[in-house]
Amino acid sequence: MMFEVVNMSFAIPELFLLAMACTILLVVAFFKQTGASLAYVLSQLTMVVAAVLVYRAMAGNEGLAFSEMYIKDALSNVLKIAIYLINIAVLMYSTSYLKARDLFKGEYYVLAVFATLGMSVMVSAHHFLTLYLGLELMSLCLYAMVAMHRDSKVATEAAMKYFILGALASGMLLYGMSIIYGVTGNLAISAIATAIQTGELNNTVLSFGLVFLVIGVAFKLGAVPFHMWLPDVYEGAPTAMTLFIATTPKLAAFAMMIRILVEGLGDLQPYWQDMLIMLAVLSVVLGNIVAIAQTNLKRMLAYSTISHVGFILLGIISGTDGGYAGSLFYALTYALMTLAAFGMIMLMSRRGFEAEEIDDYKGLSKRHPWFALMMLIVMFSMAGIPPLVGFYAKLAVIKSIVDVGLVSVAVLVVVMSVIGAFYYLRVIKVMYFDTSDEVTVIDAPTDMRLMVSANAVTVLGLGILPGSLMALCVSVFS
Amino acid sequence: MLIPLFLVIGIWGGPNRVYATIKFFLYTFFGSVFLLIALLYLRYVSGSFAILDFHAVSLTLNEQIWLFLAFLIAFAVKVPMWPVHTWLPDAHVEAPTGGSVILAAITLKIGGYGLLRFALPITPDAAMTLDWLVITLSLIAIVYIGFVALVQSDLKKLIAYSSIAHMGFVTLGIFVIFGIFANSATGSGAVLAVEGAMVQMVSHGFIAAAMFLCVGVLYDRMHTREIAAYGGVINTMPVFAGFSVFFAMANAGLPGTSGFVGEFMVILAAFQANFWYAFLAATTLILGAAYSLWMVKRVVFGEVSNDNVAELKDVNQREFWMLAVLAIIVLAIGLWPAPLIDVLHATVDHLLTQVLQSKL
Repeated sequence: MMFEVVNMSFAIPELFLLAMACTILLVVAFFKQTGASLAYVLSQLTMVVAAVLVYRAMAGNEGLAFSEMYIKDALSNVLKIAIYLINIAVLMYSTSYLKARDLFKGEYYVLAVFATLGMSVMVSAHHFLTLYLGLELMSLCLYAMVAMHRDSKVATEAAMKYFILGALASGMLLYGMSIIYGVTGNLAISAIATAIQTGELNNTVLSFGLVFLVIGVAFKLGAVPFHMWLPDVYEGAPTAMTLFIATTPKLAAFAMMIRILVEGLGDLQPYWQDMLIMLAVLSVVLGNIVAIAQTNLKRMLAYSTISHVGFILLGIISGTDGGYAGSLFYALTYALMTLAAFGMIMLMSRRGFEAEEIDDYKGLSKRHPWFALMMLIVMFSMAGIPPLVGFYAKLAVIKSIVDVGLVSVAVLVVVMSVIGAFYYLRVIKVMYFDTSDEVTVIDAPTDMRLMVSANAVTVLGLGILPGSLMALCVSVFS
Repeated sequence: MLIPLFLVIGIWGGPNRVYATIKFFLYTFFGSVFLLIALLYLRYVSGSFAILDFHAVSLTLNEQIWLFLAFLIAFAVKVPMWPVHTWLPDAHVEAPTGGSVILAAITLKIGGYGLLRFALPITPDAAMTLDWLVITLSLIAIVYIGFVALVQSDLKKLIAYSSIAHMGFVTLGIFVIFGIFANSATGSGAVLAVEGAMVQMVSHGFIAAAMFLCVGVLYDRMHTREIAAYGGVINTMPVFAGFSVFFAMANAGLPGTSGFVGEFMVILAAFQANFWYAFLAATTLILGAAYSLWMVKRVVFGEVSNDNVAELKDVNQREFWMLAVLAIIVLAIGLWPAPLIDVLHATVDHLLTQVLQSKL
């Protein structure tokens, strides 16, 4: 009997994350006083090392491992590095915020590292079970994170909502997977793709399963009409947790979408294209219009997320490599911009004060001109105004759908983005044109100030020189 | 252009600046996204983003009409043409003097440039099919907006409306060429029309800038733009009065100033297309004179109306040279426009041959 020697090398970053997560857990349990600070340092270190590990292995072999359950390819490399790097910023932003609210506990970092592990697994999964495993590992950590602020009613409500709807979405996804399994007899994504290619399968049943898969993915991304949880969770969760939920899990969900729809069910593109068009258009329309009515900045950003998700879906709709690359570019820049926006909220907040209302930013340009400028850059970028990176992201996805002849969809979404520009402009208006006699002091440590600045400057820098990131995204899908 | 002007108006503007600047931003942004779609579609058809490839690509009439409408929306907002002009008076009134000058003298011209550079050569057949639409809108701008300007009580609003009327000549000049070609084979009138439109853009840039600077000079001293608050400025500010009368005359199209050259060329060319185009366009000579001179009469001439005017000081060195330079340019183009027109000639010829080649 032959034993296949499992090639562990592809999963080294995940193994490292797992080991570190367990270590941090032990450290937290062992050092009662300094546990949280140690956990913070260790988890930052973990992210850095994990990013380096992926980077160093980038040039190496690519392919499947663990009986085709696991894949290492350009997409997984790029997304993993992005997830680790963005998480470094997320953890840095969160620290002072958590300290000021007595939430600075080691458990947060344990959950963060485990969630990162889950995302890594999702990004690299090439089998429905691995995918589901990663998804649940990530989601369960996120539910717990949202619920960490136990005294807060809103946070608990948000956590319940997130958990119930998230579980429902997982159920949908599993149901879809089981139907696909029933038709193809396989759970491995490459095997499913081969089985569908033969064309001898019952398309009705396949598309029935596809519907549930699309619903599951749309739930996780927060596309309309499966978006209901998103604004409530964003608003209710402590901002540090909102930041975590809003950034990297979207990248992981993007990977999940690519793995399932493009790599697994690519031959069903005519079926899922129509479904995604509906989801994307509804997301862009509803996200942008409802955001106008918001007075709470976190809730407004939640609706803006919904519209961004619509744009990310647009690139997938095109079914071309250029479109996928555009979507990846959009997802990465979305994460970067959201990071900066929530980073600003946390920068402005202090003990006993949450800078959540848009009115809290009144006259910011007089009090803190530098940070007002940073927020201005981020808002203009989200609105998609050149020369900021958000414009190139929108350009890339709209270009891809015009290239496949969906001009009417393109026209609709750009008109919606004009409507969307209004609420971003309102934030800028409040900061620059309104005055307030409030004298707030930004009570944030230097590292956070630097990070927010660096983050917004990156948005500007990538807007002026989008070429390298775009080339990277294109190379992933070619 | 969008972000800087948004901030210039929003931060340094007047009391109603927030409304004005958001309106300005959204109007312009709305127009430009259609341009984006049109360009993306052209790239899809031609395979590159080079404008020359856009010129060469062949398109069906239906495609051309959609593209042309997208261009028209984008550039009509910029020009601005009636009925998408409403952001301009608001933006001008609230903008600081410098903002008004940039807005009137430079950014409006992007609209005319865009029509010449994109709409005509890329979609010539659609432009020919829909020239009636643009001409109608231009004539409405010239006549109706001229009347609107007449009744304004705010100096800046008056100049803003006169800007819209003058830019109507630009779009009229660009689009009468199809009518001229239909009536005469030589097409010399078409050259006249397009060159007239371009001269009008240059000249309006100087005249409108100068007019807004004049208002700025008064506003710095009195902090009001209401025409009713002034009267008899000539008694206290003789030099300034001289300049403002001169620029008002140029605005009205007095021969010898640059305002006359462009308008005259366009009207002359419009005659070759249709008598009524020229007739309606020519009413601007009356309307323009009416609102410009009536404004001058109410602000500059007459008895000193109140104590504030009595205390006014005349222009200082900076203001004098600023206005003097503009006055010299306006006069130079008016008296001797040939150097400017010669520069335009080769480009216009090339453009017209391009427009005449049907893409169908």
